[in-house]
Amino acid sequence: MLAFLLTLMLLLGIVIVLAYAERKVAAFMQDRMGPTEAGPYGSLQSVLDVLKLLQKEDIVPAAADKKLFKLAPILIFAAVFAGFAVIPFTPDLIPAGIGIGVFYLLAIISLDVVGLLMAGWGSNNKYAMLGAMRSVAQIVSYEIPAGLAILSVVMICQSLDFQEISYQQGVLLNRFPGLEFETNWLFGIEALGINTTNIGGITTWNIFRAPLLLVAFVIYFIASLAESNRAPFDIPEAESELVAGFHVEYSGFRFAILFLAEYSMMVLVSLVAVILFLGSWNTPLPNLTTLKFANWTTGTIGELSGILWGSFWLLSKTFVLLFLQLQIRWTYPRLRVDQLMHLCWKVLTPVALGLVLLAGIWRLLMV
Amino acid sequence: MTKSLLSGLWLTWRHFRNADKRRAPVPVMDGDYFKQPEGLVTLTYPYEAIPVPENGRYRLHNEIDDCIVCDLCAKICPVNCITIESVKATEDIGMTSDGTKKRLYAPVFDIDMAKCCYCGLCTTVCPTDCLTMTPVYDFAEVDIKNMIYHFTDLTPEQADEKKQLLAKQQEEMAAAKAAALAARKQQ
Repeated sequence: MLAFLLTLMLLLGIVIVLAYAERKVAAFMQDRMGPTEAGPYGSLQSVLDVLKLLQKEDIVPAAADKKLFKLAPILIFAAVFAGFAVIPFTPDLIPAGIGIGVFYLLAIISLDVVGLLMAGWGSNNKYAMLGAMRSVAQIVSYEIPAGLAILSVVMICQSLDFQEISYQQGVLLNRFPGLEFETNWLFGIEALGINTTNIGGITTWNIFRAPLLLVAFVIYFIASLAESNRAPFDIPEAESELVAGFHVEYSGFRFAILFLAEYSMMVLVSLVAVILFLGSWNTPLPNLTTLKFANWTTGTIGELSGILWGSFWLLSKTFVLLFLQLQIRWTYPRLRVDQLMHLCWKVLTPVALGLVLLAGIWRLLMV
Repeated sequence: MTKSLLSGLWLTWRHFRNADKRRAPVPVMDGDYFKQPEGLVTLTYPYEAIPVPENGRYRLHNEIDDCIVCDLCAKICPVNCITIESVKATEDIGMTSDGTKKRLYAPVFDIDMAKCCYCGLCTTVCPTDCLTMTPVYDFAEVDIKNMIYHFTDLTPEQADEKKQLLAKQQEEMAAAKAAALAARKQQ
């Protein structure tokens, strides 16, 4: 229960910051100023937006399928929020440390699609319906390259446990039960003879431990943009065509929940990208002979220093990825539906399939 | 394709990095007006504003002390937004600042800024240059009645007094005239 509340608070905080950052970053990239009036530099803008939404009337259209309409936002948010249960925030802090975390996450996020379809269908509105159909088509398609990219990580790490995958990517490798005698080699190639187990830092991140995961990271990142309905894959809520997509008919608290779910999804996919590819809560600074940067910036497991450093690195890396998502939104134009499907099925999926094959060969030969 | 994707990201990143710079609120007469390619372009209007040109035509102002109530402005106004009533002065009421003798009071000198088309004709015909255009352009009102600007320096009571004075003087003059006429007839 405590984990639930803490995660919810943390998530609300991150989403508030993210909504503000989105407006400011968008403004700066378009040579505007963004919010300036509410609080210093407009920093209270998103808090006030939420307060405004909570005061608004909760309108349920007369022709809507009321049960589905009312349930959908809760289901969507619950599906996304449940994904946070298996996210390791620090070396010893994880809401639910289950051994099949990756599998659970992929499964629970898929529930999102059901909620979207309920919202679109229940609204009894053609724009909502079109948006929901596009959304479902897009998310179901892009789960395949994303899943394959994650699969290649799982094959190389030989684990479905997010915490074990995290431990493998840093100087704490041998502290995880069952990994006491493991070693990390530079680029994962034992023949080079450079043992990076105690160097840690960026050299043991998955994209360096197995360089072919760099390609998997790019594929996963593109697919995750599509899964969270972000530009340039935002055809489900293309403002110029569909008004707002599946949430056209929502107002007040229910709209706030949908909004929260959407931003939570962005945070979640970025967290997963960081954990699987960019070293999770591990520091990016390596140990260099006597300068033990990695040890200094890791802290001690089980103590406050370990918790602070771990969450600091995890969240800062996540925010870098979130910034990249925002920048991409304001850089690239929206893809057409056929271009979207072409990219997914004819480009990303074959490459990801090849990666899975390569990851298997890599696992057999290199370790 | 990768190259064009990256150059797109580079472009937005460059704009993001330049967000600490601001466009200076220089007037259009300034040589740098069109030479500020970097930084945020937003002007936070109520707090800062681009200065207007000196020959700009904005809100009218009448310096009533210098007005000789000649009615030329009201006559040339293409939209009839100036309303003037005049009352002849019974005594000497001084001069304007450029030395023209004032002979009339103006109990009513109203300009309806909601009707005004800002053509500036009234300011060109004004013989004493008392009617001018100011650089003020932000004077929106909630009630449209407040768009009518009253420039008279007389209160209604004073205006009535002046009218009565004039009527009295005219009566006296008429009486004097009648008396003179009667006297001539008797001769």
